[in-house]
Amino acid sequence: MIPLFKKEVNIFFSSLIGYIAIGVFLLSTWLLCWFLPGENNIFEYGFATLDSFFYWAPIIFFFLVPAITMRSFSEEYRTGTIEILFTKPLSDWHIIISKYLAAWFLLLVALIPTLVYFYTIYHLAAPEGNIDIGATWGSYIGLWFMGGVFVAIGLFASSISNNQIVSFILGFFLCVFFYLAFESLANLKIFYAKLDAIIMQLGIAYHYQSISRGVIDSRDIVYFISIMAIFLLLTHLVLNKRKW
Amino acid sequence: MSIIVQGLSKVYNLQRAVDAITFTINKGEIVGFLGPNGAGKSTTMKILTGYLPATSGNAIINGYDVNKQLDRVRSAIGYLPEHNPLYIEMYVREYLEFVGRVHKIKNLAKRIDEMIQLTGLTVECKKKIGQLSKGYRQRVGLAQAMLHDPSILILDEPTTGLDPNQLVEIRQVIKNIGREKTVMLSTHIMQEVEAICDRIIIINKGKIVADDTTQVIKNDAIKQRVFIVEVNTSQAEAILQSIPHVSIKKVAESKWMIISQDQRDLRPIIFNLIVKNNLTLLSMSEQEGKLEDIFKTLTQ
Repeated sequence: MIPLFKKEVNIFFSSLIGYIAIGVFLLSTWLLCWFLPGENNIFEYGFATLDSFFYWAPIIFFFLVPAITMRSFSEEYRTGTIEILFTKPLSDWHIIISKYLAAWFLLLVALIPTLVYFYTIYHLAAPEGNIDIGATWGSYIGLWFMGGVFVAIGLFASSISNNQIVSFILGFFLCVFFYLAFESLANLKIFYAKLDAIIMQLGIAYHYQSISRGVIDSRDIVYFISIMAIFLLLTHLVLNKRKW
Repeated sequence: MSIIVQGLSKVYNLQRAVDAITFTINKGEIVGFLGPNGAGKSTTMKILTGYLPATSGNAIINGYDVNKQLDRVRSAIGYLPEHNPLYIEMYVREYLEFVGRVHKIKNLAKRIDEMIQLTGLTVECKKKIGQLSKGYRQRVGLAQAMLHDPSILILDEPTTGLDPNQLVEIRQVIKNIGREKTVMLSTHIMQEVEAICDRIIIINKGKIVADDTTQVIKNDAIKQRVFIVEVNTSQAEAILQSIPHVSIKKVAESKWMIISQDQRDLRPIIFNLIVKNNLTLLSMSEQEGKLEDIFKTLTQ
């Protein structure tokens, strides 16, 4: 599993995808939070929080994560290297988990430099250090888990097609759907009483916001892990299709 | 016994790609797996390497069942898939290291050096795979297949797209490996089979139509014997016609082709006949059965 994980990470960086993904993520968050004028601009906002970063990050993830994962299986199908992997003494789960962890790791690498934002605000705050540290760390953990769910979705999308564009579009759609659709659905008037709360809890946004408050609730973690597991299982199912 | 295949079938959407084939390949043999496109060669190889499951029947590789002990089977086999898929963005050495780690090879660096030397990659081993020519990529594919020192090699069309020089070199590499290992290779180039294989299995529409040593197939499959005779006059046809049960075809000014439908050796008869008629025999030879012809007759 370790050699496969290493190979996946190496391929991210030798095919430039890694650098471009990380670069675009950092550049766009920096532009949105620090440079472009408007209510999201941290200087204009005037409060010592990273809220606008944590607001924009999921939206950038919609594009970024499917872009990272789209080649995982699609490219292996297209070039036929999947046959090399499947005829080595590796199980399907080895292959899925290695690819999953590699993409999630890349996301971590993209997130780490943004700690500079945190550091900056920490020192800009008056008095210095007057920032809700708990909420910030909660948001980071929420973002990281949400990224993990998106990676699982993206990997599943990639396992379906040998065309990277198809994988990207499908992954993008599923990410947006799981993030936003349930919240919008819950707002419909036809769902009332307790039903709207339940539907809202099916979406990623609800749990992301819940964790962002700085309280790490086991229910949120369980939710994220379940969604990841479901999509990884679906991926396994798709890979097994060749055996039918 | 290295490979034992018993009643192996594969059905894709009601179409029988492989239809109850049975054969065995012994240790140390180089076997050519022949057939027209779509005959089921690649499918059979994919089943043997555990990429696809068989619909029915089973295959035993070095005593391990393909349906049950997949990991053992995969470790025993070195496989070069059709079209030789490679990670083109990896360096040659990096790729071989990856494959070696997956197989948990001890002393990997030394083993990689050996393989690079054996496959003649020494000059190119610092490049990315994507920068290599087709012949060198093929060598990387072979090196990858042989890296973990498997006792069985399954090579799916290992020489497609190579130029004549590379063809000879790669064949030599395969032949060298074949001294110690069992090799099963598919191809549709007949000269290749003649050059490297001890035995041929011909498959057509999912069924085995011939399975024997290269020599026997060449001799037996053609029911007729053909002799070419050159005489010092162009008027010998009438004389030759007096041989019973043959058909005669003129191929050049004073050259005839004598086709016999049975297995008699006609050469003494022809010689005596010509001498008896006071003619001079300039040349006489028997045309060997060509594998192309055998292939055509068996797979049409």
